[in-house]
Amino acid sequence: MGKSPGIREPYAQLSRWLEQASPDLLNTRRSQAEYFFRRIGITFAVYGEAESTERLIPFDIIPRVLSSSEWQTLERGLVQRVNALNAFLRDVYGKKECLRAGIVPNDLIYRNPYFRPEMDRFEVPHGVYCHIAGIDIVRVDPHTFYVLEDNARTPSGVSYMLENREVMIRLFPELFADNRVAPVENYPDNLLATLRSVAPVRAAADPTVVLLTPGQYNSAFYEHSFLADKLGVELVEGSDLFVRDDVVYMRTTEGPQRIDVIYRRVDDEFLDPLAFRPDSVLGVPGLMGAYQAGNVTLANAVGTGVADDKAVYSYMPEIVKFYTGEEPILKNVPTWRCREKDAFAYVLDHLGELVVKEVNGSGGYGMLVGPHATKDQIETFRRRLKHEPDNYIAQPTLALSTCPTFTKSGVAPRHVDLRPFVLSGSDKVRIVPGGLTRVAMKEGSLVVNSSQGGGTKDTWVLDV
Amino acid sequence: MLSRTADSLFWMSRYIERAENLARILDASTRLSALPASYGGTHNEWTSALLTAGSADAFHRIYKDANEKTVREFLCFSEDNPASIRKCLEIARMNARAVRTAITTEMWDAINGAWLDLKNYDIKKMDREELTRFLDWVKNVSLVVDGSAYRSMLRRDEYWFTRLGLYIERADNILRLLDVKYHVLLPATERVGGTLDYFQWSSLLRSVSALTAYHWVYRESVKPWLVADLLTLNREMPRSLYACYENLVRFLDQLARQYGRIGPSQHAARAMLARLENTNIEAIFQSGLHEFITQSIIDNNNLATTIQEQYLV
Repeated sequence: MGKSPGIREPYAQLSRWLEQASPDLLNTRRSQAEYFFRRIGITFAVYGEAESTERLIPFDIIPRVLSSSEWQTLERGLVQRVNALNAFLRDVYGKKECLRAGIVPNDLIYRNPYFRPEMDRFEVPHGVYCHIAGIDIVRVDPHTFYVLEDNARTPSGVSYMLENREVMIRLFPELFADNRVAPVENYPDNLLATLRSVAPVRAAADPTVVLLTPGQYNSAFYEHSFLADKLGVELVEGSDLFVRDDVVYMRTTEGPQRIDVIYRRVDDEFLDPLAFRPDSVLGVPGLMGAYQAGNVTLANAVGTGVADDKAVYSYMPEIVKFYTGEEPILKNVPTWRCREKDAFAYVLDHLGELVVKEVNGSGGYGMLVGPHATKDQIETFRRRLKHEPDNYIAQPTLALSTCPTFTKSGVAPRHVDLRPFVLSGSDKVRIVPGGLTRVAMKEGSLVVNSSQGGGTKDTWVLDV
Repeated sequence: MLSRTADSLFWMSRYIERAENLARILDASTRLSALPASYGGTHNEWTSALLTAGSADAFHRIYKDANEKTVREFLCFSEDNPASIRKCLEIARMNARAVRTAITTEMWDAINGAWLDLKNYDIKKMDREELTRFLDWVKNVSLVVDGSAYRSMLRRDEYWFTRLGLYIERADNILRLLDVKYHVLLPATERVGGTLDYFQWSSLLRSVSALTAYHWVYRESVKPWLVADLLTLNREMPRSLYACYENLVRFLDQLARQYGRIGPSQHAARAMLARLENTNIEAIFQSGLHEFITQSIIDNNNLATTIQEQYLV
């Protein structure tokens, strides 16, 4: 509800309902929701936790609400940003005009661990690199949204967006009757249309699309199988595929079948033991060869991690301007790059106030939240920082907006972020209204990652 | 369909069927062991249960005595027994999870639900009454899985592979059940009809839900060669070897039709069915029931391997 006091307009209807709803009802609905999730099997695996290898992500039954005008601004900003991301990737692996123009420093690209020299000068089918992007957004006041992170590799969470909605409709049919909530259920159709649109030109009119998963022990396996199911495509593991004469086939009960598009949820370095990590058993030997021969499309393209990097993130406003010629609609969080001398000095002086993140870290690991850290933690971090300043960026702790959330002690404000999913095909960009709202379940906490105990809630874009 | 998917479907069904068979074996053993000795109650029913389950060797690596407590524990819940009911349900669920996209919501719900509900049963606190409830529950799981497959799956390869797994496993179980009891069934020409035999046979029939069926089909008191006939050659009995092979042939043919290709597994299944059609129980007893069973177990395993090679790798 933002920093400003009172209830924002889109919440008016919901808040009237909340006032009337008894704690008993809310409690009942919450346990029903948990039962649904457990029953459907929406779990995620947690590495290193022998006890409960399959955990439920806490689900909050109070939705996060956005007005349609708020969403329209977000949507325009997202399209602009993802178009810029794709143009940037095309350029980085192509003409490199952004480097020549000095928009982004050379070494940021060439020394980036996600830069794939194999992709240099290779034109991906239809020029689309980042087919599926998850853009993390936070709100700092009623009128300002910041992009926190661009997830350009294999963003996950979309199954939660869809299942959260499904469960909410089952639990609160009356709320949906009162509020006009824009539907998100067509996401799988949009995803399939996007994937089919980027099939290699030689593919038949009805290209064969598959979803490649690392397997059922992957933390996002549920999502992989969920999506494959909704898309109506085969969910394959590396061992189900093989490459012959630069053509990818899957092993089926009727013999080999040719593949045109792979929505891969396997990271670059595990895709092909011949091209990348030789010890990996998750991938398909020869896949890169088939890719480079133009016989198969990988979504997302290999090497999109360059745009996912937190150091590159800090240049996004310039990148958006450079490629679109427009002012960025969505702002970046102000960011200090520790690789820059002045910024680094500032960061070292203000560690206690800042959030410092590893450039390539993810999931809330390897970061320092200054205001919540002990002196010891700050000093330990200071040493790491000095050892390798290039590896870090710092941001102010934001006055993140909160949403009413159903907690043990009743309805209370909790911090949230939002991850809308942006689909880029050869024809157009598709976004369903909404996304995954993640919520910090602990009071005052800013950490919303599911691996750190964060929860999720349904996201409503009101159609009024 | 992916070969791996077909493989998982096949094994998912095998393990559900295996869990049900274990429950039936334990149910029969519990009944028999409760009988007074003069009615056929013996304590080697527990050893016999292990033999039927094919778990005797694995059992004796861990336990010394086969008694009610140890056998129950081992066959129901043991983590050390790769073929306990718990493990069967766990493996079935793992396979179902791996092919979540190939099965219907109803099927997933039945299997995942069973796996979740399993946690409510604690062997350590289980008395006979609760054990009976547990075994009923296991049989019910198999019914629900079977019914949800029957009612919700599209009639195409996913469904056929699920069925193939079920009937291969069922055939194997029937044969092994007969094999363990064959010494009881053997003296066909000798004087029969003692109380001991009666209860042994009826418990055998009961373990495959066939006691009532027996009376309907033969309208006679329980006789060993008729029991063998019912479980091997009877065409009306859904748990006979014949019925298993009738189904295996049917489902393999449906696969062949869908794929437009006939292969070695179709031939092997038909050959077996033809053998069953062209023999009778007297002939089987003459040339040796044990030999017949042993050969059929081998043939059934070979068919499973052939299916594996033709479709699943």
